[in-house]
Amino acid sequence: MKVDEIKKIAFLARLDVNDRELLSLTNDVNNILNFINKMNEVDTHGIAPLAHPLEINQRLRNDEVTETNQRELFLKNAPAQEAGLFLVPKVIEEV
Amino acid sequence: MYHKTVSELSKALANKAISSVELTKLYLERIKQYNPLLNAYITLTEELALAQAKQADQARAQGQATLLTGVPIAHKDIFCTEGIKTSCASKMLDNFIAPYESTLTAKIKQAGMVLLGKTNMDEFAMGSSNENSYYGACKNPWDIERVPGGSSGGSAVAVAARLAPAATGTDTGGSLRQPGALTGTTGLKPTYGRISRYGMIAFASSLDQGGILTYTAEDAALLLETIAGFDPKDSTSAVEPVPSYSKNLNDSLKGVRIGLPKEYFTSQLDTTIGTTIHTAAKELEKLGANLHEISLPNMGLSVPAYYVIALAECSSNLARYDGVRYGYRCQDPKDLLDLYMRSRGEGLGAEVKRRIMIGTYTLSAGYYDAYYLKAQQIRRLIQEDFIKAFKEVDIILGPTSPTTAFKINEKVDDPVAMYLADIYTVAINLAGLPGISIPAGFSNGLPIGMQLIGNYFAEAKLLNVSHQYQQQTDWHRQMPSQFN
Amino acid sequence: MTWEAVIGLEVHAQLKTKSKIFSESATQYGAEPNTQANAIDLGLPGVLPVLNKEVVKMAVKFGLAVNANINLKSIFARKNYFYPDLPKGYQITQFELPIVGKGILAVADPEGNVKKIGITRAHLEEDAGKSLHEDFHGMTGIDLNRAGTPLLEIVSEPDLRTAKEAVLYLKALHALVRYLDICDGNMQEGSFRCDANVSVHKIGEPFGTRVEIKNLNSFRFIERAIDYEIQRQIEEIEHGNKIVQETRLYNANTHKTKSMRSKEEANDYRYFPEPDLLPLVIDKAFIETIAEKLPELPEAKRQRFISQYGLSAYDAGNLISSQSLADYFEQTVKLSATDPKITANWIMGELSAALNKHDLTIEHSPVTTTMLAGLLKRIHDHTISGKIAKSVFEAMWAGEGDADTIISKQGLKQVTDSSALEKIVAEIIANSPEQLADYLAGKERLFSYFVGQTMKATKGQANPQQVNEILKQQLKRVTH
Repeated sequence: MKVDEIKKIAFLARLDVNDRELLSLTNDVNNILNFINKMNEVDTHGIAPLAHPLEINQRLRNDEVTETNQRELFLKNAPAQEAGLFLVPKVIEEV
Repeated sequence: MYHKTVSELSKALANKAISSVELTKLYLERIKQYNPLLNAYITLTEELALAQAKQADQARAQGQATLLTGVPIAHKDIFCTEGIKTSCASKMLDNFIAPYESTLTAKIKQAGMVLLGKTNMDEFAMGSSNENSYYGACKNPWDIERVPGGSSGGSAVAVAARLAPAATGTDTGGSLRQPGALTGTTGLKPTYGRISRYGMIAFASSLDQGGILTYTAEDAALLLETIAGFDPKDSTSAVEPVPSYSKNLNDSLKGVRIGLPKEYFTSQLDTTIGTTIHTAAKELEKLGANLHEISLPNMGLSVPAYYVIALAECSSNLARYDGVRYGYRCQDPKDLLDLYMRSRGEGLGAEVKRRIMIGTYTLSAGYYDAYYLKAQQIRRLIQEDFIKAFKEVDIILGPTSPTTAFKINEKVDDPVAMYLADIYTVAINLAGLPGISIPAGFSNGLPIGMQLIGNYFAEAKLLNVSHQYQQQTDWHRQMPSQFN
Repeated sequence: MTWEAVIGLEVHAQLKTKSKIFSESATQYGAEPNTQANAIDLGLPGVLPVLNKEVVKMAVKFGLAVNANINLKSIFARKNYFYPDLPKGYQITQFELPIVGKGILAVADPEGNVKKIGITRAHLEEDAGKSLHEDFHGMTGIDLNRAGTPLLEIVSEPDLRTAKEAVLYLKALHALVRYLDICDGNMQEGSFRCDANVSVHKIGEPFGTRVEIKNLNSFRFIERAIDYEIQRQIEEIEHGNKIVQETRLYNANTHKTKSMRSKEEANDYRYFPEPDLLPLVIDKAFIETIAEKLPELPEAKRQRFISQYGLSAYDAGNLISSQSLADYFEQTVKLSATDPKITANWIMGELSAALNKHDLTIEHSPVTTTMLAGLLKRIHDHTISGKIAKSVFEAMWAGEGDADTIISKQGLKQVTDSSALEKIVAEIIANSPEQLADYLAGKERLFSYFVGQTMKATKGQANPQQVNEILKQQLKRVTH
């Protein structure tokens, strides 16, 4: 990966990377990717992927409301809040 | 008293040889004395601990004590503990007071155990040395210039230096077993799904599993009985009955088939560790077990496949740390994008960012098949290797770590070298199997860990073999002299 | 060569569950901000999703109703992107293996012509929260009450050719989800939302580049937005420009669509299987239990109304637009035992007008089926005329009681006693010598003058037919 591509990925992941970090990050990422490419040593054609170690079925829950309002508790951790809302810098109106 | 195991402390409390308050004070004293040097704890919950201890003593006086009532414990700072700072060793969560309790810690609370504090770890459990902590590296009590392993380094050190009789941890690619090995403690990672993940801050959801670090396998059995079981809040937790793990500890090892994978004993393994593990295997043979050489042919691919899967999952799991609802928010964001970029850029550490970058890249358009899908296919091959092996043997035995504890800063500039510290452990997570690391000797004064791997939900057998081994050896009873 | 539009619709239907798709928070609309958002909905560290069984049942119900292939195994996936109303930084949705596969929805136009529109798929996913743009010192407020509300995203094939057709499809879908009782269909509250994919091409040529239009929250806007977009695309191409694949927003004030192109690069959603949820596996028995409870569906009902009640395609199509309306009709027909066509006229005429005027739905009509049936009976047995019936209806609406009570209280009973009527008519003829002379001289249109006078004298309570007959007889007698 080149520096440009690293910047693109950093944007996708919403990570601010300063110029000082950029070179070492590019270097590390490339080393790791080279290492990961070792996977290509084996032919996996036709092998079913395993997404989860326990290949069991999903358990479902009943449609019940048990939660009570805990807004004030949750808002305690909020970096910025007002009138029961979490605040963020103005999101440009879409319409 | 701090030499005693959980089950010994349980008896001492029952016999009124000591009260929980006295015991708790003893550990709090030790923590205050040694933690500045070791950095095992991020948060000390002194007031809470004393209150819980008092409560435990009262419960005992009223005849309402369980086996674990009044026994102190420490939690890895990855478990949400209501009303207590839960940082995951990240600047991102430095100000986060968990508003709810994880299932694992709730069960421990329910059993009447006393919480001493929250332990140090690699940030978001990403690391094998505990050097990636916002709160600084944690030191190995056997040599404070060395790492204790990671990511559950603080929990391992707390137990190794007897700053807690037991501690909880998590294991995504070896994070309980490797620090267990490097600190001379017993680290148990149960089968995926055995313990609820609810409230355990996620690193890689399909690999993460909670567990414990203790002095002995007997203690691990006792604690596992308490924390295991299906949880309706975690639909990936298993609907399997929880056996009484303590009951089978003394079963004979006669006829137990133990497999030694030839792929574990290669030139990558430190020779002293190799010899030590073979000696330990012989010890088990003396107890009646049969040793077999087995093969896990795809073992060599486990580390790259593991890192692809773990990093892809982490890149998504950590997207929630965006500075909007909780956690770190950068100063004066000029717009929404700036808020995201800088809150995450400043709030997350270098290794975490590296991993998010790789994970984001491998999932991005055009690369999914080459990386994620390929890694999942290799995951299948690795699982099949184990399934085949467990048709021939009951337990797989090998080293936990290719080396003993390495020096702090030795590998920080080489992430790939650091990733290879997990070479013997990650395959177990990919397959979702239970594994345990128990002390099996020393090399130059540093502990060596032996890893035992069991079949799905065969924790009882793992603990039985480990306990029998610990009945014959006293490696697990050794303690770093500086802290004795 | 003429232009043709190709339209495909994506509908997000909020499923009518008590609790959210992955958490036990309530889904009620209109609660105070963030009072229905729990640890899971907020994406706190360490939380896990647990799927609501009812949501699965509802998706299967929908699948059965559109004759779709229901996947016994489906997979949840994560769609990764950053937005303040998306707490986890990803949306849990279904990507490669949705629960509902290909199906078909029959759509009838007002003339009763039926077109079969393909359903590509329907999948389960979670809704996002809301950004509130009122000014909080230049900040935006985030309310996560809606986050985690279950959605069924229903994707149509690009089988629609006009904006009108698109609206017909949407109305049919809207009726269907309400019949199935899986969505309340409230478009103002956002329970039933639509995005449209629109492209144009010349017939015989390959499909053009498609444009996605968002923010369509009423049938009227949808029709206008699509029409606008079709015209815009045709004009662009005729001016030698190329259509770019993009997302456009519909502005309900200007009735135009506007490009949403932002400076940010195109999204890369990085879908992958949701590792916190195992595959969703259902069995045939589960599906059969749901199939047994499936109600009569709108299209079947429409056809039955035509054959059983002899209604026109237009009337049948209107009456089946909601289950409650259809039930109201059938109940009234049953109770009144009169002509279904007249019943239909009354429901779609007087009743609908009154409901619209008072912004009420049929469920809240003050005139019950029993009351309307009572009125229809009195029309049928000539107790009152159609004209009087309208005022009786108004009185019923105003809460003055049932038809019989109002008729007797206000003395509205039709005068059908012929001797009394004959007497009145004889008097009117006797008192109108000029009109009579003119009439006899050939001004036949003066007949209506006599009718009017008679009705006036009877305060409208005379049976008009009867008045006509008596008048004719008596006038005839005068001429001879």
